[in-house]
Parts: sequence; C-alpha cells; structure tokens
Amino acid sequence: MAKVKLDGVRKVYPNGVEAVEPCHVDIPDGELVVLVGPSGCGKSTLLRMVAGLEEITDGTLHIGDTVMNDVEPANRNIAMVFQNYALYPHMTVAKNMGYGLKNRGLPKTEIAQKVAEAAKMLNLEDYLNRRPSQLSGGQRQRVAMGRAIVRSPELFLFDEPLSNLDAKLRNQMRIEIRALQQRLGVTAMYVTHDQVEAMTLADRIIVLNAGRIEQIGTPAEIYSQPASTFVASFMGAPPMNIFTGTSDGQQATLDGGLSLNGAGAPSQTGKIQIGIRPEDVALDPSGPLPFEVDIVEELGAHRLLHGQLSGQPFSVSLNKDEPASTGPTKIALKPGAVHFFDAEAGRRL
Amino acid sequence: MADITESRIAAQSTAHPAKRIKWEAVGDHAILIAGALLMLVPVYMIFASSSWNDITLHREGLQFGFSDDMANNYNAALFEYGGFTDSVNGVTMLANSLILGIGFAIGKIIVGMMAAYAIVYFRLRFATLAFWMIFTTLLLPLEVRILPSYEVITWMNLGNTYTGLIVPLIASATATFFFRQFFMSVPEELIEAARIDGAGPVKFFIDILVPLSQTMIAAMFIIMFVFGWNQYLWPTLITTDESLFTLVRGIRQIMQAYSDGSTTPEYGEAAALAIIAMTPPVLVVVFFQSWFVKGLTESDK
Repeated sequence: MAKVKLDGVRKVYPNGVEAVEPCHVDIPDGELVVLVGPSGCGKSTLLRMVAGLEEITDGTLHIGDTVMNDVEPANRNIAMVFQNYALYPHMTVAKNMGYGLKNRGLPKTEIAQKVAEAAKMLNLEDYLNRRPSQLSGGQRQRVAMGRAIVRSPELFLFDEPLSNLDAKLRNQMRIEIRALQQRLGVTAMYVTHDQVEAMTLADRIIVLNAGRIEQIGTPAEIYSQPASTFVASFMGAPPMNIFTGTSDGQQATLDGGLSLNGAGAPSQTGKIQIGIRPEDVALDPSGPLPFEVDIVEELGAHRLLHGQLSGQPFSVSLNKDEPASTGPTKIALKPGAVHFFDAEAGRRL
Repeated sequence: MADITESRIAAQSTAHPAKRIKWEAVGDHAILIAGALLMLVPVYMIFASSSWNDITLHREGLQFGFSDDMANNYNAALFEYGGFTDSVNGVTMLANSLILGIGFAIGKIIVGMMAAYAIVYFRLRFATLAFWMIFTTLLLPLEVRILPSYEVITWMNLGNTYTGLIVPLIASATATFFFRQFFMSVPEELIEAARIDGAGPVKFFIDILVPLSQTMIAAMFIIMFVFGWNQYLWPTLITTDESLFTLVRGIRQIMQAYSDGSTTPEYGEAAALAIIAMTPPVLVVVFFQSWFVKGLTESDK
C-alpha cells in the first residue's frame, strides 16, 4: 500500500508534442483515482508514466517514499490491467497469473497457493487449467485482475479495463473492481473515457483535457462545482447547457435578452458564459423563464426536452412522472443551478 | 476456411434436388485431375521403374508396370557401398541429407528469429538500415556468391565438414523477414505486460515470443528443410569426401557410371534412390502441415 505523488510530471515526445503538461497530483494511501477525459487527452500517457512504460520527461514520481522515475516497471511494485487483457495466449490461466511471481523467483508451492487464493476471490477456480482463448471476455478480464492481485502490489493501474466488454458486463465488473479494491485497500489509478464509470468508481476524479489537468475532486465536487466549461460539459449526461451572456456585477443576462433574476452574478463584468444543468430546472407554469420546447425525448426513467431559451439551445431533464409536451412553457431554476464561467478560457468564476 | 464452406454449400446444393450436372465443377475437376496427373505420373513411373533390372531399363527406358527386382534395387540403393572409394552407401547419404536439411532448417530458424527479435524490439541505431541490408541478401542466394563463399570456406578449412556444408546456406534473409513480419503483429500490450511481470529481454523471448511463434516455426521448418534437402550445387562443390555426400548428389553419382562406358549404369538403383530421396521431405510436409493448420485455426495471439 502506498501513496503516490506526481510532482511536475510532464511528457514531451521526441517530435516536440507535449502529451502531458506538468501536473501535480497527490494520491493518499488506499484511494481510487479515476483519470478521465476524451481520447488523446494524455490520460493513458500519464498512467503509463506511472507504470514505467513511458519515460518521464520532467518532474518526479514518488510511489510510497521512493522516487520511481528510473525504476524498471517490474521493480515498482505495481500491477497493471490492460484494455485488451494482454494475457499470454499460450499459457493456462494459472500460469498467466503466476508468471510475474515465477520471474521474481518465488517457490512453486507459494505461487500455487497465491494463485489459488486469487482464483477463489475471482471465481476462477474452475478455469485454472484453461487457455485464455477458451474464456469469455468477462472471465479474461478477471484473469487479468487475478494476475494483478497475486503480485500483492502497492498500486493498481487500470487502463480502460472494461471498454472491451458489453454494457451489462461492464456494469457488473465495475462493481466487482470497486469491491475488490476496497477489500484489498490498495491504491489505484484507473483510466477511462466513460464519465459514468468515472463517477461511480472514483474516490476522486482527475479530469484531463489536451494534456492538462482541468480539475481534481470528488465525484460530487466535479459534478456540482465544475472548474471549467470543459468539465461541466464532459461530466454529466446530458451535458450541462452552456450559454453566452453578460454580467453587470449584479445580474447575469443571457444573449437574447433574458435576465436570470435572483441567480446571482459573478463580480466580473462583461461577457461571460453561463452554465445550467438540465436536471436543475423545473417546469413551472408561473416560473420566470419562458422556454420553447421543440422535441421531447423519452428515456424511460427520464424525459429530455430540447428547445430554446432566450434564443439559445437548451435541454431540460425531467422525471418520468412529470408531464411534458412541445410548445411554449415556463421554467424555474432550482437554487444554485447557475454556474458562471469566463468567456474565453471557460474557467469558473 | 472459405474454400471448405463454399465446397460444402456446393455439395449441398448439388445433392439436393434432381441431380443436375454442374459443368463448371466438371471443368474445374478436369483441370485439377490433369494437374495432379502431370505431377504424379513421373513419380509413379520412377517408382515402377525401381522394380526393374538395369538391363531392361537401359534397353526400354522407364517402365509403367512392376517387375520383381524391387527388393534388390532398394537393398542395393541403401546398403551397397559405391562411389569412387567404396565408402558411401544409401544409408550414409540419407543421414547426410538429414543432417543438412535439419541443421539448415534449425540454424536458419534460430538465426532468423534472433535477428528479427533484435530488429523489431530494440531501438538500435541503424536498425532500419540493418534490416534492409539483411533484406537485400534475398537478392543474393548462395548460387550468386558461390565463388567467394567457396573461397571463405576453404580458407577456414571447413571444406568437407558439416559446418562448411550448412553455415553458408544459412546466411540469407527469408526467415528473418518472415519472423519480423510476425513479431510486428504481436500486440504491444503483451510486451508491456511482460515487462511489468519482470520478464527481461531473454525471458520474454524464450517464455513468450518463441511459444507464440510455434506455427511460424513449423511453417519455416517445412520450407527450410525441403530447401536444404534439395540443395545440389553447394554440396557438390564443398564436399569431395564421398562419406559426406547427400542423397541428391548420390543419384547423380550412380548415373555417372554411364560415362565410364565399362558397365551398365545402375538405373534401377538410381530410381530406388530417387524414391528414397523423395520420401523424407514428403513426410515432413505431411507431418508438420497437419500440425500448423491446427495452430493456425487456434488463432489466439
């Protein structure tokens, strides 16, 4: 078990592309941190630098109390689960799980015992003599997890481990991973592009965009206090509505002339961006804001209304019990529904 | 696979309603049968001829039917010492050919795999240049560089040795090239997983890459064994000691008696030796083919 500390860690490829800008992250012992962002944002590169598969250009990486920058992956006491499982196709499940231990020179009986323990934990006992090709996707993923567990590492690294599974299995494995990580109490870093996975798994989330850390926080913080328009629109489905508008220091006004009375305003005046989550809105015939509904989308548990607010596109998410139809209606904002961001950089105000 | 399913579908559709003759299929099969005959008839003729005595063969040429000298001819081909010095018989030549074929195939596979491993997995300076230099040797088979190779081998005093027979043949790029292509298709994640599992370069090669390459090795072995077995020019040049003669050479040795003029050439024995020379490559192909087809269908990489 160990804490992880990234101090100004940065990655520049030989062709001059800066894949990861200098970043500072502290991960306390036993925490599960999810790195999330769109493809190409540098989240995998960051993870691979921690694993030692990618060289660190600048900065220092601590795992526990040791600087790990130049330590071989095998000696970092980590375990990694890959997207395509990366199981050795010619080895049985038991050999796959025990290979790392064998390379460490552990005696055979001890390896067998550890493999048996892990297999029991993962319900793989009946499959120990099978080859990976004879297993289903979910079972292969479990073997990959088993290979990580038997090493009793200080740090788990997951690189999009669930993206090759179908939706149902993904939900199930997500819960298993979370339960396992908590039971073992091992620090973990988990890369995904799926914001639902990030929200449900994480103790804390790191949102990355274009090689830069946009925000670090608990899922609740990320959701309720997004640090930028990028985070606001990336986390949450459907995404937050972002309007352009102005502020006079007292009151914010959407472009199109609609004023948000009582929603407060940032101290910064001039052009701003205004964000409202689709869930933070209620239909209210006596509400202050006129909303023109164009389309109603049925999602079962929810209903999405797409339309225009002050001439700008706007979506509202309603509970299935609330009636909805197209046409003009009025809405009211729930308290704290309005987020303000600056106009250019999109940082929270 | 596609062929099998297609022919299965074809079989079903022909078997099903009132039997119609498919002229297309008849045409295809006629071509196949003609091709097969073209290949097999000479083999059959040499086999049939190996049962006749030398005099008939000398007088009437190759035979279609069988006679009763088969045991004699094969016995002579295998166990009768012949040649200029009377120091070589069929069994010795068979052993020499096997040493050449197997030694060449194994040597080539080992060298090719290791060269490909270095080129694909290590960031060497000039790796691409090295690869292309190796690759150009494909244009320089032994026959092209036979004089310098002969010079080098005799200078190293390796004439009339198995080493001298095998090593110069190994120096060519085919195996390196095939293994390079194969290694490049091995997923990156596997290498990374192995690194995290603490497998260094040697362990990764032996524990993971070699087992993964099984099918490739089998395929290479077939090709290389047959190629080595059929070598004629180089063994003729480098071995003057008759106890090192290979089978392919030995056939010619027997026929050479013709030019002496004093005796009837031992045609029956030559035919028997030709059949013996054909057998091991056929066995290797048959045996390894079933093995690597199985490997290819179990596609897990």
